[in-house]
Amino acid sequence: MRTIRTPAVSLRFSERALLVSTAMAALTVAAAVATMVTGDFPLTIGEVLATFSGNGDGYADFVIFTLRLPRLITGLLVGAALALSGAILQSLSRNPLASPDIIGFTQGAATGAIAVIVLVQGSMTATALGATAVGLLTSAAVYLLAFKQGVQGFRLVLIGIGVSAMMLAVNSYLITRATLESALAAQTWLVGGLNNRGWDEAQVVAAVLAVLLPCALVLGRRLALLEMGDSAATGLGVNAERTRLALLVVSVGLAAVATAAAGPISFVALAAPQLARRLTGASGPGLVASALMGGLLLVVSDFAVQRLFPTTQLPVGIATGAIGGLYLVWLLAHEWRKGSGT
Amino acid sequence: MSREAVRGGALLVSIGVLGLVVLLSLWIGTKSIPFTDTFSLLLADDGTGDAAIVRDVRVPRAALGLLVGAALGLSGAVMQALTRNPLADPGLLGVNMGAAAAIVSAIAFFGITSPTGYVWFALAGAAGTATVVYVLGAAGRGTATPDRLVLSGAALTAVLLAYVSAILLLFTHTFDSFRFWNVGSLAGRDFQLIGQISPFVLPGILIAFLLARNLNVLALGDHTGKALGANVNRTRAFGVLSVTLMAGAATAAAGPISFVGLTVPHVARMIGGSDQRWVLAFSAVLSPILLLGSDIVGRVIIAPQEMEVGIITAFIGAPVFIALCRRRKLATL
Repeated sequence: MRTIRTPAVSLRFSERALLVSTAMAALTVAAAVATMVTGDFPLTIGEVLATFSGNGDGYADFVIFTLRLPRLITGLLVGAALALSGAILQSLSRNPLASPDIIGFTQGAATGAIAVIVLVQGSMTATALGATAVGLLTSAAVYLLAFKQGVQGFRLVLIGIGVSAMMLAVNSYLITRATLESALAAQTWLVGGLNNRGWDEAQVVAAVLAVLLPCALVLGRRLALLEMGDSAATGLGVNAERTRLALLVVSVGLAAVATAAAGPISFVALAAPQLARRLTGASGPGLVASALMGGLLLVVSDFAVQRLFPTTQLPVGIATGAIGGLYLVWLLAHEWRKGSGT
Repeated sequence: MSREAVRGGALLVSIGVLGLVVLLSLWIGTKSIPFTDTFSLLLADDGTGDAAIVRDVRVPRAALGLLVGAALGLSGAVMQALTRNPLADPGLLGVNMGAAAAIVSAIAFFGITSPTGYVWFALAGAAGTATVVYVLGAAGRGTATPDRLVLSGAALTAVLLAYVSAILLLFTHTFDSFRFWNVGSLAGRDFQLIGQISPFVLPGILIAFLLARNLNVLALGDHTGKALGANVNRTRAFGVLSVTLMAGAATAAAGPISFVGLTVPHVARMIGGSDQRWVLAFSAVLSPILLLGSDIVGRVIIAPQEMEVGIITAFIGAPVFIALCRRRKLATL
């Protein structure tokens, strides 16, 4: 642990966390550059830089500003939002399996989206709105059902399981009763993807993150206190019930905007905080490292589906599961050989 | 009355309810057959169509419901005891996703589309995945903790889910068969399937009950467990074996019905306390009640069509589960 003190602020940080975070940021930039220069219309780094400084030709302008950049930014922000959401929930519930599923958001959002796709064949925007609305309602229902002189973490988890199972049953019903074409559209949405995402999505996610990210970081300082238990946290001057509600709202908000923009991309919310924690060796919730890992995971995954399987238009959710999963497997095996780890 | 007597009484009542549900599942169906006739046909085959329905359709279906229900509930209870995680369902060992990946491959590359055809693929997929998860998560020297087990399960599940999703999106006809397996159903299963899964489910159930005492010790934590003389690693290995046998075979026969294994053990703990012997006994009886009861409702609710049991279980089970969670004092793991 090191400390920086200036008259205005003092910051505590661990050197390893700083090193790992810098490395992740550097890798993200490298993946972003690779995404910019490769593809069906290869560009040189010089051309990309020229385009960014306003001196590119119309062709490079189109490729960068219309095709590649908005998708890249959407992916980066969606990954960061999902990872933050997962990190907050894992810390609140003290459970490494926690992700926006446990508060019912993921299955609720899926119900909204599938209903719009299957019942009214709605547009992409209608699907996103349906997903967000039903997801938020489901989360609110889980919280209210779990509320009984305050919300106890364990009860919240169990009620989340029950409500999610009901929404999942609705989803199965809709998918088995739909025409094959609608069911396939729903399945594609369920995997989560960035195909055809443009500035509209990027702007919405950026605007919401601009509000929620600072909230998450400020509230995140109390997460470590909440992890010690409600009574210890209360003793240290934290209003446990109110802080937990605020953190839940921020976490669901982050998951909601990410899901609206790209669908429920699997595994990022669960894996990114775990990967970050294992790399930084931190004991508590590392929100910044988690967010960086989420963004990196999504940018690399999207690069993989776009460039390795360019003809199939596979959604990015497939690559996040495969890459994130294999990386977590490798990390666990590596720790296992070293005979350390938790 | 002593605590033991209350628990014992509750268990006896549950067994009585289960018997009633089995009788109802033989009697109720799309074809209406009088109650008394159902049982005379059961005893003597008179060669009519009704006899064929009772003996060849409803009996195997009820038997399968009993087996699959008990297997799902027990495997959930063992899994939660092993990992000390309330979010752990048998699927977390990768059993469901391993089975799904194998079945998707069977449909896409071998053109197989019947439950009896799926069964060997599903069993192989489940066993293979569970082994990898176990080796990765629990077999290190002194490094095995419940969190490692659930994380390696989650990681492998994600990789397999990616594979399954990719195949489903690339091969449309595979998706069309898979979506019906994926719901979870007891319809259209026969005696042959019961013969296929019993050699796996029954030993799994036996191992689970033999492990009950050791699971109690494990619940105190790895260190305390060791100090009390329990062989923690052996308990965990046999626990994983038992879950794989039961959940793998159940999923192979009826599709992934994760709700039963996830929630019934919590209800069993609310009634039976935290002693694993009671938790296992209640899980084994309550799960088939939920599964067979839901199957009966599914047969009548949109008759003459059927609603899959996987959908009904969640719809009947979840509100009851939520109400119990609100009312009872929760026993944490």
